[in-house]
Amino acid sequence: MIPEKEITCIVCPIGCKIIIGKQGERLVVLNGNKCKKGIEYARNEVFDPRRMLTSSIRVKGGEWPLVSVKSTNPIPKDKIFTVLEEVQNTTIKAPVKSHQIIIKNVANTGIDIITTKTVHSLKKQGNFL
Amino acid sequence: MIEQDADVVVVGGGPAGLAAAVSAKQHGANRVIVLDRNQWLGGILPQCIHDGFGVEEFGISMTGPEYAERYIEMAQSQRILCFAETMVLRFNKALEIIAVNKKGMYKLKTKAMILATGCREKTRWQSMIPGSRPSGIYTAGVAQGLINLYNIMPGKKIVILGSGDVGLIIARRLKFEGAHVMGVVELLPYASGLPRNIVQCLDDFDIPLYLNHTVTSIAGKERLEKVTIQQVDDTMAPIPATEMQIACDTLLLSLGLIPENELAKTTGVEIDDYTGGPIVDERLETTIPGVFACGNCLQVYDTVDMLSFDAKKTGKHAAEHSFKKQSIKQDRKKGLTVHAGDGVRYVVPQRIFTCGTVHFTLRADTPRGISILRLTVGKKELLKKKLLGVNPVSMIRIDAHIPTEILTNNKQVEVTISDT
Repeated sequence: MIPEKEITCIVCPIGCKIIIGKQGERLVVLNGNKCKKGIEYARNEVFDPRRMLTSSIRVKGGEWPLVSVKSTNPIPKDKIFTVLEEVQNTTIKAPVKSHQIIIKNVANTGIDIITTKTVHSLKKQGNFL
Repeated sequence: MIEQDADVVVVGGGPAGLAAAVSAKQHGANRVIVLDRNQWLGGILPQCIHDGFGVEEFGISMTGPEYAERYIEMAQSQRILCFAETMVLRFNKALEIIAVNKKGMYKLKTKAMILATGCREKTRWQSMIPGSRPSGIYTAGVAQGLINLYNIMPGKKIVILGSGDVGLIIARRLKFEGAHVMGVVELLPYASGLPRNIVQCLDDFDIPLYLNHTVTSIAGKERLEKVTIQQVDDTMAPIPATEMQIACDTLLLSLGLIPENELAKTTGVEIDDYTGGPIVDERLETTIPGVFACGNCLQVYDTVDMLSFDAKKTGKHAAEHSFKKQSIKQDRKKGLTVHAGDGVRYVVPQRIFTCGTVHFTLRADTPRGISILRLTVGKKELLKKKLLGVNPVSMIRIDAHIPTEILTNNKQVEVTISDT
């Protein structure tokens, strides 16, 4: 088996350096991972690298001009900027609650973009006082 | 003057203040008031829109705003009074707090008080970067707030000094919003942020990381025009003839955090020179009776999960102080002083007045491989623990039992970290 590549795992804050190699035509994890999740991560990182995506979307008439959003699942790495373009071209109206779906099936990924924050209408501002 | 009574008043409505307030209420404090000078609750969390919060505490990965809303909802459902846009001006040893907001001046008479005033970012002046004084120089956190809360981009061509997690996360965020991130410059030979953030914030987007480098000059008239970066030697002194100029309109500083204790200091709360936070005992009470501390004003934490964990304990002790004021009698002349010995930068708490299990948080002074952590009183070893690698950037947490006879017969407990 020939060591091929070193992958830094991003599943948790430890950041294991996982060594992967080739066995015939198959890719295998050689060592470095401290847990099972590392194997899955390394495999995905080679065949289908994905990342969680967080950004923000413009809000009209809200106590804040933006609402923070996230993807419901990790997005294929090569689609990140396509997804961001859709996110940047979107504007919504206040009020908006946390975990509301804003873009369904973003960039044909089967993944949704949802809010991660509540933004009240402007007139409702300071209500918790 | 609007006069009000309270059982526990919390100064600061960020994650620490909210966790402490919720816990104080759960532990029996009746009237709990949280004061915050911002318009919102949650402190810095609403601008930390990336995910990774709550993994240790709730077992799920949340974004900053989601984590904050969880605590805001808990505070609201428990009828904790939250005064936003309210600035605490001063307090005295009788626990009378003077605060001001749009409705006027307040005098809050409380039985216990919790300091949860957070921390501030280091600025250009703390790292003494020479050069002119153009616009376009921000701390990373300020830039993060402008982008994520106010929809304002700080610039187009950006250099980041400091490779802490905030600096790395803001690099990715700027890239997402179409800016050119020219590079991240780090004085040390290694990045100070987590490996996962190097991968998903820099490597994913081919953002260069200049290790062993620093910004040695800033140039520009009205707006920043360029910075000079230079390689440094083992003593961190710039090496001549390694200068490199980078044209940019914005420099972001991610240089680290300093606990904010201006309010505490004015009333005479004693501050630890190493943590930058109040000196506390095992109940997280400061040197002023009835005044407790938690969160990043006590010590700068690695994760919000651990910060909340400790802040909840502060809330519990403050609540107990508020309704059992007479029964907690400590002889403050007796007790142990906790000394940060060899290999240790600091230890919290700094004092121990009651026997039993004490939770210590500490940091090593230098990175090491496998090492031994010891708690000793004189020649007696109270605790010996093997650590699989230590690093000053990762806080160490341990519990140790302090028996009565140790407490009554000794003056100092020492914490050390060594190779053997």
